[in-house]
Amino acid sequence: MTLLGLLEREPSHGYDLKRDYDTFFSRGKPLPFGQVYATLGRLARDGKIVIGEVEPGVGPERKRYVITERGATEVESWLTDPVEAEPSLQTVLFTKVVLALMLDRPAEEYLDRQRAAHLRRMKELTEIRRGGDLVDTMLADHGLFHLEADLHWIDTTVARLDALRKVVRR
Amino acid sequence: MKAIEARDVHLSFGETPALRGASVAVAPGEIVAIMGPSGSGKTTLLHCLAGILVPDAGEIHFDGRRIDTLNEHQRSVLRRDQFGFVFQFGQLVPELTAEENVALPLLLSGVKRAPALEQARPWFERLGLAGLQRRRSGELSGGQAQRVALARGLVARPGALFADEPTGALDSLTGEQVMDLLVASAREQGTTVVLVTHEARVAAYADRQVIVRDGKVNALVAA
Ligand SMILES: Nc1ncnc2c1ncn2[C@@H]1O[C@H](COP(=O)(O)OP(=O)(O)OP(=O)(O)O)[C@@H](O)[C@H]1O
Ligand SMILES: [Mg+2]
Repeated sequence: MTLLGLLEREPSHGYDLKRDYDTFFSRGKPLPFGQVYATLGRLARDGKIVIGEVEPGVGPERKRYVITERGATEVESWLTDPVEAEPSLQTVLFTKVVLALMLDRPAEEYLDRQRAAHLRRMKELTEIRRGGDLVDTMLADHGLFHLEADLHWIDTTVARLDALRKVVRR
Repeated sequence: MKAIEARDVHLSFGETPALRGASVAVAPGEIVAIMGPSGSGKTTLLHCLAGILVPDAGEIHFDGRRIDTLNEHQRSVLRRDQFGFVFQFGQLVPELTAEENVALPLLLSGVKRAPALEQARPWFERLGLAGLQRRRSGELSGGQAQRVALARGLVARPGALFADEPTGALDSLTGEQVMDLLVASAREQGTTVVLVTHEARVAAYADRQVIVRDGKVNALVAA
């Protein structure tokens, strides 16, 4: 989807797509050329892009890829649809807490460990953020706000453990 | 070597026990965040560490020296000469301009007015407050006042900075600007920082976080 989105800007060569992808989205893991061309091949097969004018010379980098109406529609709906609001970590943590209470284990200690792990990750992200460019900062921020939300949940849960224990114990 | 240390500190307000055996040690130049639920004793602990409150039992050490046994006058000299403070509420002197507020710690320790204001000036640029030097605190937004308070806490290059919710009045972007500055200045000056905050994103700027719960300090278990 990212490559398709980049093509929505303007028709591009595979090389330019890879470069732009690596600059903004790869986060230190450059996209292999093989994967670029495999993806472009798939997009072309599905009618989301077409190969535009081929410049003189040989090799795949001579080809210019152009987004189709169908491809543009797909980019549009992908951008418009909100990402699934999935509180996945909470689900795992919730299960851990409830099971710990059922099994008479120290749930508060587990939550404290989780808090420590969260805070350590937040510290790493804060360091990335302080040393990094705007793109790094924005990505780190996203992680930080999510981790912070988890921590709020952990704090609230710790405060409610006694009540929860009564609910889950038969 | 510990810059600041509380050993088994107890303190009650009348019948209310606020600290019940709190211990924490902060290394020189370290930045430590104190977190924990409301009413758990964070502010009380900070005030004990800073020589504002005297514990009922236990010891407070600063720079290898026991400070809880000093008399009120000695403690106030120590606070004036060695410590900087940033508190959440009612901290600026309303009669003074912003630059006089920043210069206040210097003025109080006997620096002449002109050089004190001279030293205060660069902080306005650094904290994004340029042009507000002559405003009184009533003419500043909450966030601006908070940044003035931070400048005041750091202007005298204190050995230790005690900050209670220093970003409490700020939106997250401004809060992060303030924390960036707090950390950068503290590192540059070698200032030890004890920071109370309930915001994890703020605490993440610290070298280490501790949690106060029911008047005791939990060092976080390494997971
Ligand atoms: N001056 C005071 N007189 C009486 N009780 C006090 C005083 N200051 C604090 N307390 C009590 O001592 C306990 C600890 O208060 P403290 O202010 O240290 O909590 P805190 O962790 O800073 O909370 P918050 O996050 O709400 O600022 C609370 O029960 C509080 O009611
Ligand atoms: Mg407090």
